[in-house]
Formats: sequence, structure tokens, C-alpha cells
Amino acid sequence: MAEEKKLFKVKIDNITVEVEPGTTILNAARLIGGDVVPPAMCYYSKLQGSGGKCRTCLVKVSKGSDADPRPMPKLVASCRTTVMDGMEVGNITSPEVLDARRGVVEFLLLNHPLDCPVCDQAGECDLQDLSYEHGVSATRYEFKRRTFDKIDIGDHIKLHMTRCILCYRCVFTADQLTNKREHGILGRGDASEISTYIQNSLDNDFIGNVIDVCPVGALTDRTARFKNRVWFLKPVDAHCSCDKCSGKAVLWMRGDEIFRVTARKDKYGEVEEFICDTCRFERKDPKDWTVEGPRKISRHSVISQGHYVGVHKPDETIAKVMDGRAPKLLLDIHSVSEVNMPAVDLSKIDGPAHSNDFPKNKSNGVQ
Amino acid sequence: MGRKLLLDKAHIEGIRYYDTYRKNGGYAAAEKALKSMSPDQVIEEVKKSGLRGRGGAGFPTGLKWSFLAKPEGVPRYLVCNADESEPGTFKDRYLMEFIPHLLIEGLLISSFALGAHSTYIYIRGEYAWIPDILEEAINDAKKNNWLGKNIQGTGYDLEIYVQRGAGAYICGEETALIESLEGKRGNPRIKPPFPAVKGLWQCPTVVNNVETLAAVVPIINIGGDEYAKYGTGKSTGTKLISACGNINKPGVYEIDMNISVEEFIYSDEYCGGIPNGKRLKACIPGGSSVPILPANLLLKTAKGEPRMMTYESLNDGGFATGSMMGSGGFIVLDEDQCVVRHTMSLARFYHHESCGQCSPCREGTGWMKKVLLNIENGKGKMTDIDLLWDIQRKIEGNTICPLGDAAAWPVAAAIRHFRDEFEWHVTHPEEAQIRNFGLAHYADPLPVVATAAAV
Repeated sequence: MAEEKKLFKVKIDNITVEVEPGTTILNAARLIGGDVVPPAMCYYSKLQGSGGKCRTCLVKVSKGSDADPRPMPKLVASCRTTVMDGMEVGNITSPEVLDARRGVVEFLLLNHPLDCPVCDQAGECDLQDLSYEHGVSATRYEFKRRTFDKIDIGDHIKLHMTRCILCYRCVFTADQLTNKREHGILGRGDASEISTYIQNSLDNDFIGNVIDVCPVGALTDRTARFKNRVWFLKPVDAHCSCDKCSGKAVLWMRGDEIFRVTARKDKYGEVEEFICDTCRFERKDPKDWTVEGPRKISRHSVISQGHYVGVHKPDETIAKVMDGRAPKLLLDIHSVSEVNMPAVDLSKIDGPAHSNDFPKNKSNGVQ
Repeated sequence: MGRKLLLDKAHIEGIRYYDTYRKNGGYAAAEKALKSMSPDQVIEEVKKSGLRGRGGAGFPTGLKWSFLAKPEGVPRYLVCNADESEPGTFKDRYLMEFIPHLLIEGLLISSFALGAHSTYIYIRGEYAWIPDILEEAINDAKKNNWLGKNIQGTGYDLEIYVQRGAGAYICGEETALIESLEGKRGNPRIKPPFPAVKGLWQCPTVVNNVETLAAVVPIINIGGDEYAKYGTGKSTGTKLISACGNINKPGVYEIDMNISVEEFIYSDEYCGGIPNGKRLKACIPGGSSVPILPANLLLKTAKGEPRMMTYESLNDGGFATGSMMGSGGFIVLDEDQCVVRHTMSLARFYHHESCGQCSPCREGTGWMKKVLLNIENGKGKMTDIDLLWDIQRKIEGNTICPLGDAAAWPVAAAIRHFRDEFEWHVTHPEEAQIRNFGLAHYADPLPVVATAAAV
């Protein structure tokens, strides 16, 4: 009979959980779930060596262990600190932690534009969530922000360095998933930037995964960017037979059109299995895929907009009070503008759609 | 006259060369250690000496050595941190340039104690001429069988390699140094694991400062107990201080740590007072990263006792009324110096040297610099002072490595002790430009110094 493994008891925000030795505070908190889980911008469970950099997951260790109950003198990065038996940790119950986290959010936003209305990551941006929960409504930073030109790194990926928060996730991904390291961090301090070596492009079979691991809108899919807002798309789990990867992916669809393909992510937004570039960029025809069913999205997410389950709509009362007559619409915007033109396949347009992509038709009012 | 252990032979002509060094008692300590002591006995002597790391943190060296993991079949490494880059600190340069064999001998003894067979001297790129001096000394030591195979017939092997850094301040941090030594970008590692467990090439490693390793030689020569009689309290032995700024005699001094700060600044044996009879305004006693102290708190502690040149006394009162020994970079400011300008200058340095890995340091140091530059240029607002305080508070303690603290402490101390000067800059922008300060932080009247000779 196998020897029973001794578990460590750790108390996070006064909730006790038992974990295996070697578990980090963050992963212990993830076992509890909910608000007790510290946010993480640079930690990524699937990438070795990630974490410890963004400092959003700082927590207060008020008791080191049963053997050594002294508190840790400084806040520690929960993603890189392993638990000890009897450890007591403060996350949202520690004002010191909340204050530090507010500070980190402020620092991260110094050089990150709050352009959520036009950013392609809006709706699935970790920094957006973080600033919503821990940020303040106004900035105290009065200086010019750093800006960069957008560059294409490879055929399918656009780097918008202005939005990068230097979490290093994409560097770790390229390093650990591809066999040809071609990009990394240049410069130091706040002049650091992600870049490829001069004139090199990222063209490995799995390089598209850097898009999925980017917590903000710095790395975007050139085949899908600006085609549609994420909350207008319906995510479905699908699979295909692929000889390079598992072929398990999420299709982001509108009607029968596939706007983009991403890897499947867990509840912490981390990829379950990395997918290849062929699945991600080249299989945009529904015939390429076997759809498994709608993907479960947290009802709190903006992506679940319009995809509610079990919603009880109130009865339509207008017809009742109008003796069975329907309300008279003076203008049906859909029939007039034809924004949903069936003949125009948005997902197949190369790049963002422009007015030129819609045929002008005076008879339907579109000029 | 203060007693000397490291620089006692510095005046001898040609001490830089092996023959002269050997004739004057060089390598006697190594001979003693290798031929008549066990590695554990050497570590015990270092523990007895109470030697504290001279790189800045002041951690007990013997204790640090005893933390070194000793797994079977895994090599152990000793790395000499010669990446001396703290503004105001230049003591190691003097030691390596003028008595390189003292360091080589210290490395030999320390490597023997730790069971290391490959030892590295990581030296900052800007010390461009010193690696040649060290390599010459290493070659001479090797010719005379103090390095290489079967040293002096004891069966112990050691090679020492000199590695030049590319000139990044952060590479003075031990884990960044190890990364750089491995040929990677010099970014600090996240601890734990500590280098004593997983250091260079994932093997147990000790990283010590140049002065610390050189101090092992006199410890073995005279014994740990005798060494501990130098200095006072927990500050045993002698300490190299690099003094600069507004003093008559800038330079590197070896002090027995039982003299007062007042004596160090004003006595002829050391700094020789302030030039042109000006008054002392402030001092950064331990290299640019430690908190600045105004004259009244520098010469006397908050309790009214004389401030001594010891780890404990300089730290007396914590950061509220004290500072740190740090790396021993003693920067003196006279009455004409502008604290705001100095603070801005330091903030600019730390901003430039931040590695950029963690967000508080990467973004915060730049923000502090910009706000300070505004205040310095007469474009600041009164709220900027509180903003600065808040920024430094959110950097301190929240970063991967101590560079964040090093950037935050000077700003915090400057605001704490010289807030009126910051406010004056805001309210008198034009006068601030012509350095016409009307503020009082001085040691006034000039102190009367009880020199060592007089005592």
C-alpha cells in the first residue's frame, strides 16, 4: 500500500485548505476559488519559469508555518512562493495587500493606454478586469506615455507594443513551445520592449499561441483583429483531426462564419492545450470542424452578453394593451442599413472591414 | 592612528606584484589554511571573527557559508562580486588595483573552505583595466602553485576565472550576477531558491563581495577571535570606506569601526573636514542607495549619543532617524548642495539601471525621476511631494530584487528630512534655479573633533 502523502494546511483569508507540499500560495488559493484567488498577469501554469514579475499576486504571509510562526517581513509573490504547513496568508483581507495591488495596477497603467473601446482584447483582457477591481477612476500620471508603431511579427501576428505590460509570457511560450527562438526582450527598465531580432518574423507552427497567452491586447491575430467584438461572437468547442496538435479548439462564430480560432482556456484564462497555427489561422471553414457544443463562459463575463442560459423573459405586454396589435416601427434599422448583409463574409475579408467592402445600394438607403 | 588589516601593506612599493607580496608575508594565511586547517575549521574561524558581508547587506559571512548545500557529486562554486557600481562606492577598485594578490589569497582560502574548485571574479565592465591586473596576478599565483592542480602539494585544486560584465548596475545583485555569468541577460532571479541551494548552473553557490573575501586573509592570519577584537559590538574588524563629496581628502580609508562619524569627517587622518570652511549639510553614509541623513542626525543619534561608524550606530533609530553602513560609500554634502537635485540625480540613475522585469520598479522609478525633474526645474506642484512619497512607498518591498528599495529609500529619506527644501523649490522656482537656498539643516557651529591622536 502506498504511503499516504502528508498534506500541508494553509489558511488563506481565514479559509483553510489542504494542499500537497510544493504547491504555491496562488494554486492553493485556486483550490478555494472565488475572491480569495489573487490576480495574476504574468504567471501561467503551463509555462515553466513564469510568474513573479508583475507583482499583482502579492500577498501577506502573517504566519510562516507552525514550525516557524514568524510573519514574512515583506509581501510575497503568491505565484512563486510555496506553502508551508500552518501558513496563514492574507489576500483580500489584508489592507496592505490591497494597497500594494492598487499601486501595481497604477504602475501597469502608466504606459498602457485605456483604449478598451477600440482594443481587440476588450472583453477578455486581464488588465481590464484588474483595473476594474483594483484601479482608481483617475490617473495621477501627467507625463507623456511611451508609444510604439504597430508591427507585424510574422504573417499572422500583430504586435502593438504600446499595450504590452512586459509579462514575458509570450517570450516563455516562444522559448518553450517552438524550436527557433526569434524574439525576446530588448532594452531595460521602462525602455524594455518585446521584439523579434531584426527583420525576423515569428513563423513557427505553434507561435500563434503567443496571442493566447498575452493577457492584454499587445499581440493580436491578424486574421481576426477588428473583424468583430468578442461579445458579438458565439464561442463553441470544436475539434478537428490534426497531425500537429490535439485539434481541440474554440471557434468564435457569428452565424455560420468562423471569425477566429483560439485554444481552449481554463477558468483562469490559461490554455489547456496549445494548438498549432494551421488550426488557428487556416481552418476558418465550418466544414473543417466538428462542433461539440457551446462553450461555457462565466455569466459575469462580457462575452456571455446575449448568451444567457435559463433566462425568463417577461411577457410581451404591448400587444395586450393594444388589443392584439403589434407596435408600429417607424424605421427598421436592419432592413435599411443592411449591416448584416448576407453577401458580405466579414471573416473572409483580409484585415478589418471598411466601407468599401459593402456594395453601395441607393435603393436600400446606403450611400 | 587607526589599525589596519587590509591596507596595512598598501604603502609598500610593488605590493601589486607576486614577489613583493610574498616577501611581505603574502600567502602565509593560505599556507596555514590549506596545510594545517580543515575546511570546517576555516569556516569556524570566519564565524568567530563576526565578519559581516561588505557588499552592503552586512549579512554574517560565516553563517552564509554554512548555508551552502553540500550534495554529493554536485560542484560548488564561489563567485566574487566585483561589480562595484553603487554611486559613491569605489573601495573594491582600490583593493583590486593595488593589492590584487590579497583578493586572490582570500579567494583561495574561501574556495578551500567551501569545497569549490572553480571560482569566478565577476567584474564590472567599466573597470576596464583591472581584469588585466587580476589576470596577471592569477597567472603569477598559478606559476607559483597557489592555483591550479595540487596546490602546494595539498591535493587541493582551484582555478580562478575573471569574467567582465557589460556594465549594468543590476548585475551587482547576486542572482542577476549569476544569470549574467551564465551568459544570459542580467535579470535577478526570484528567490527562493537561494544561490546557496541553486546558484551558478543550478549548483550551490556563494556570492561574496571583494572586500569580504579579502578580509578572510587577516582572519586566518591572526585568528577569528583576534579579528573580532577590532571594531565594536556586532561590527567587528576593519571596514573600507570610500569617502567623496565635499571633503578635503576624498579617498579610500580603512577604519577600525570604533570611531565616530564626526571624527571620520573632520579629523586629518580621514576626510580632513569640509573645504573652504563650509558647514556640513548632510551625508549619505553607505552608498547612494541608503537614506541620506541631515547633519544633526548624522553626528548624533536621535538619543543624543555620538553616531559611530558601525553597522548598529548608523542604523540606530531605523530609517526614521538613522541610515545604513551599506557598501561604505560615504558621500558628504556641504551647505551649498541641493538635496532635491541630488535626489533627482539618484532617481535618474536607478531609473536607468532598472532591469524592467517587475512592474513597480520598471514604471515607478521612471515616474519618480520625472516628478523630481519637474520639481528641480521649478515646474513642480506642492502635491507632487506627497505623490513622490506615495510612489516610493509602493515600490519599496514590492519588487523582485532590492533595486526597488534602493530607488525608494533615497527619495523617502530626502522627503522625510528635507521636505522644506522640496517645498521651497516649488514655491521659489526661479531662485531654485540659481541655487539660492535659505534653509537650515547644517551642523552649526562647526563640531569640535576628538581625533584618534588626541585621544
